[in-house]
Amino acid sequence: MQFGIFSVGDVTQDPTTGRVPSEHERIKAMTAVALKAEEVGLDVFATGEHHNPPFVPSSPTTMLGWIAARTERLILSTSTTLITTNDPVKIAEDFAMLQHLADGRVDVMMGRGNTGPVYPWFGQDIRQGIPLAVENYALLYRLWREDVVDWEGRFRTPLQGFTSTPRPLDGVPPFVWHGSIRSPEIAEQAAYYGDGFFANNIFWPKEHFQRLIELYRTRYAHYGHGTPEQAVVGLGGQVFMRKNSQEAVREFRPYFDNAPVYGHGPSLEDFTEQTPLTVGSPQEVIDKTLTFRESFGDYQRQLFLVDHAGLPLKTVLEQLDLLGEEVVPVLREEFAKNRPADVPEAPTHAARVAAAAAGQSGKDSEKEEVAK
Amino acid sequence: MTALKLTVVSAGLSVPSSTRLLADRLAEAVRRQPADDDRQVEVQVVELRDLAADIAHNTVTGFPSAALAKAIDAVTGADGLIAVTPVFSGSYSGLFKSFFDVIGAADDGALTGKPVLVAATGGTARHSLVLEHAMRPLFAYLRSVVVPTAVYAAADDWGGSGDPLTDTLPTRIARAAGELAELMHGRQSRPPASGPDQVVPFEQQLAALRPESRKE
Repeated sequence: MQFGIFSVGDVTQDPTTGRVPSEHERIKAMTAVALKAEEVGLDVFATGEHHNPPFVPSSPTTMLGWIAARTERLILSTSTTLITTNDPVKIAEDFAMLQHLADGRVDVMMGRGNTGPVYPWFGQDIRQGIPLAVENYALLYRLWREDVVDWEGRFRTPLQGFTSTPRPLDGVPPFVWHGSIRSPEIAEQAAYYGDGFFANNIFWPKEHFQRLIELYRTRYAHYGHGTPEQAVVGLGGQVFMRKNSQEAVREFRPYFDNAPVYGHGPSLEDFTEQTPLTVGSPQEVIDKTLTFRESFGDYQRQLFLVDHAGLPLKTVLEQLDLLGEEVVPVLREEFAKNRPADVPEAPTHAARVAAAAAGQSGKDSEKEEVAK
Repeated sequence: MTALKLTVVSAGLSVPSSTRLLADRLAEAVRRQPADDDRQVEVQVVELRDLAADIAHNTVTGFPSAALAKAIDAVTGADGLIAVTPVFSGSYSGLFKSFFDVIGAADDGALTGKPVLVAATGGTARHSLVLEHAMRPLFAYLRSVVVPTAVYAAADDWGGSGDPLTDTLPTRIARAAGELAELMHGRQSRPPASGPDQVVPFEQQLAALRPESRKE
């Protein structure tokens, strides 16, 4: 089981001071948060991708490359990479390059993006969102697995004799998650390829995501990748902690009330009851996160959103201390209990290289059998 | 025989409200319609006033509260729908529109083929074309089947004998109720939309994108 954080990268006014960080400050805060994540023992840092203010992370592999150079263990990922409006050829190149620089500590989460104007800005049409995600990923999948690709599709210039460089590290492409909030088509896509499925469940009630994840698990088995329980699932979470609940609620309320996504809507109390948001003590975060397994089954990756809504960097770093010291060690222990042996671990490059080698030697010995 | 489900959406704001009064009269008239199939009609009323804050929150958060989800299920799972709004600023009320916006945003096919009776209330009969210029196009957009008779009740309609040269309110209610009942009784009942997600198999999604030249 992997634990980490995912960042939207919003530049938001701190409602308690009225102060708005500069883009430079926000970018440096994101990298500081990533380094802190490794320091406190988390496994993953993922950044969003946006092409409009008030968001800063337009160029994720540049940022992740910088972080890779300053970390040793941390897995660098995205939340999400826009499979619709990015050229799949450039995604193949950028993430393979990052994979080499980071010695394999890279995976990537595909998403469609829901900001309407981004599509025309990049020459696409939002009404083609699902077909773009399907076609572009089908090409990306081949570019990482076939040395020379001839390809023709609907949305991009055809390719004749194209080789995407560098080739993936050790011949094993980065693991891919498909992120979705509402589309069964994306759950189906993740299942078809045997890729991971990340349900960003932080803003909505769990019933919706139970249906999506159940669909993914069922179809994962349908396509012969394993049992439904062996499908690779990632979930979001959203937390704000202080030693005691009252303090956490008092401090976080102005940030909640003015947050870009849900601010000026439901009360903090209603929202924490209806969604994964937890504002309280570390123990409350532990209790809430443990319910995810009951709702969705044993899963592989848990990402928390902690740096948003104008929270100052100092506060965010304190959140990471609490996560690393008090929350994640307990979660690791608890999630390991009664976890069936055939439920896979979260994917890592080393494990995937080993699996590929085992698969290859399996094929070789089959060939020998046939030859005999 | 299972009963047919009739859901009544009333967007009246005052208590008591003439919008709710009209809604109840229409529902009762539909319930009493004789039918060949002997199926009873069960009426459920959704008062939007009670859900006003929940509807506003749904527009901000993208998901309904438990109470609102129940109301939405009652509408999408009904065999017939009666929708009644007061006239505000020459159209349906904002609350009324927001409720159907929330349903359409979650599933734009949720009301496809649904038999609907539209009705409105107002101070004077001068606004009665709201039914034809606002209500009917809204449900046409949602691909519902709106019955030919839409019912408008002005303040005058509740007393006296009305305009002797046009149908009275009870006559219009009876005609509209007959039209809705006929559609409801003749309609194959469908399960609510909240079943397991339907999915197009991935090979089909891929095949649909193959360039024409490479299709077999």
